[in-house]
Amino acid sequence: MMTPEERASRSAKFAQRNVINRVATLLALSAMVFGLFWLFWILWETVRLGVGGLTLSTLTQMTPGPNDEGGLANAIYGSVLMVTLATFIGTPVGVLAGIYLAEYDRKSWFANLTRFVNDILLSAPSIVIGLFVYSIAVHPLHTFSAFAGVLALSLIVIPVVIRTTENMLQLVPDGLREAAYALGTPKWKVILRITLTAARTGVITGVLLAVARISGETAPLLFTALSNQFWTSSLGQPMASLPVTIFKFAMSPYENWQKLAWAGVFLITLAVLALNILARVLTRAK
Amino acid sequence: MTTSSSGQRAHSGPLADTIFGIAAKGAAVVTLGLLLAILGSLTISAWPAITKYGLSFLVRSSWDPVQEEFGGLVMIYGTVATSVIALVIAVPVSFGIALFLTELSPAWLKRPMGTAIELLAAIPSIVYGMWGLLIFGPVLAKYVQEPLQAVFSGVPYLGAFVSGPPVGIGILSAGIILAIMIIPFISAVMRDVFEVTPPMLKESAYGLGATTWEVVYKVVLPFTKTGVIGGIMLGLGRAIGETMAVTFVIGNFNQLDSLSLFQSANSITSALANEFAEAGEGLHQASLMYLGLVLFFITFVILSLSKLLLARLRKGEGAKS
Repeated sequence: MMTPEERASRSAKFAQRNVINRVATLLALSAMVFGLFWLFWILWETVRLGVGGLTLSTLTQMTPGPNDEGGLANAIYGSVLMVTLATFIGTPVGVLAGIYLAEYDRKSWFANLTRFVNDILLSAPSIVIGLFVYSIAVHPLHTFSAFAGVLALSLIVIPVVIRTTENMLQLVPDGLREAAYALGTPKWKVILRITLTAARTGVITGVLLAVARISGETAPLLFTALSNQFWTSSLGQPMASLPVTIFKFAMSPYENWQKLAWAGVFLITLAVLALNILARVLTRAK
Repeated sequence: MTTSSSGQRAHSGPLADTIFGIAAKGAAVVTLGLLLAILGSLTISAWPAITKYGLSFLVRSSWDPVQEEFGGLVMIYGTVATSVIALVIAVPVSFGIALFLTELSPAWLKRPMGTAIELLAAIPSIVYGMWGLLIFGPVLAKYVQEPLQAVFSGVPYLGAFVSGPPVGIGILSAGIILAIMIIPFISAVMRDVFEVTPPMLKESAYGLGATTWEVVYKVVLPFTKTGVIGGIMLGLGRAIGETMAVTFVIGNFNQLDSLSLFQSANSITSALANEFAEAGEGLHQASLMYLGLVLFFITFVILSLSKLLLARLRKGEGAKS
């Protein structure tokens, strides 16, 4: 039998544990609210100030001088062009390397090392990629160029695509491969027609995420593509891009530049979030 | 299908197979080579500064392009200070978010909440930067820095941390914005590793009458310790390498003359972003490249540690099940 003192000390202990639990639960809840709070604050300001700065001339006119009328047309064009080219260069390399890791070599030291290095590159500071491309493509040619910007962005695409391609291919059941081999299908055909087709949605998701990532990248473009106040479609010349233009305009004291920068921030955020949500919907539908 | 075409295929099969295999392996080699190429090219470009200063570059604090005097201490201090602030804020918050998502949230709420937090990672860093400079900075100055200064200005030691003009730009605001940016990374890893805890372990603890907090703190956390540290390392690696958001709000001030968290400072990444395109060839550029090399080396070590810790958790999990 418990003495009344024992019973009292037990129920006190129990009450104390309950209080701790309640406090912890409350703190976890507030952490969640804390996280969401920033998301909504940033999105709200982006929409509020971005829509205010957005007019038709934003999309049709060139970047202006200080206190001048203008738009972001050349920056938008430069961004779209460089992101598209970088995606087309980076994706095949990434998909092939992903295929290698998932289909040819799952366990060797070489595959493990590649996987390891790829994960490092995935989180490596993008400004270092900019420095690297500067020293191999800008410095030797003595000119900043859109071509160097494309190169830098494609180096960021590769690790993202490798990661998703490998993961998605590994989800394809081996029975599917074995059935195809049993019919005498050559390996390259099994990969292209059977496994890659089965993993198609996942691979596309990876590419979409890579596009989202490089659309907002500024640091690797700062000393590769630089910027340009005028319309240019030549890859050998410096080219304006939306993020670099925003950087320049937002840091300036001129009101019209800041207004345009907000419009640019709105456009980029819209595009990046849309791509992310599209990627999520694609994987969920599967 | 005709016989001739299938006969042809039998011949073309092996060749196509070889070519495809080589292409795939080549792509993997390119990825590996990329890392070596980055290290190599940065070292070569930084060589003039490396030979001139050696490792003393890391502890020299003067940065004077006019006198051609360079040292990385100010930037390294800025990077370390902002990253520490970011971790101090982000780790407990991420833990709370992971706890909420794995143990507390009703099932229907898990997915939208998880996605919302992940979207924080999707917002481009330039957006964080501009928001931080023009919206968050002034709010921080008015509602946090000024009251803090009023309270602590006379206090010895603590007063030094809050001195200087409360303008919302500097180490503190950079640290806070970095914290927001790395919360999604750390909390995603924590959530994932919490979810690999065998339900049997948790249910046993619940069965003995443990509260939710006791289950998380005494069962889940010890079981996933290595993974949690791996996640924190990943966040740290991100914080150290983040460029644009920091460049906007840190103030880009190349002197280290006070301990104040309100003081404008500089980080490795923002020094690169601001100065590199205008730096003249020679020692200035080489010194910036040296900074880039230091940055790459630090993130490489931290991310490797993170990866190894996470891999160890996965291996242990395989051995136990």
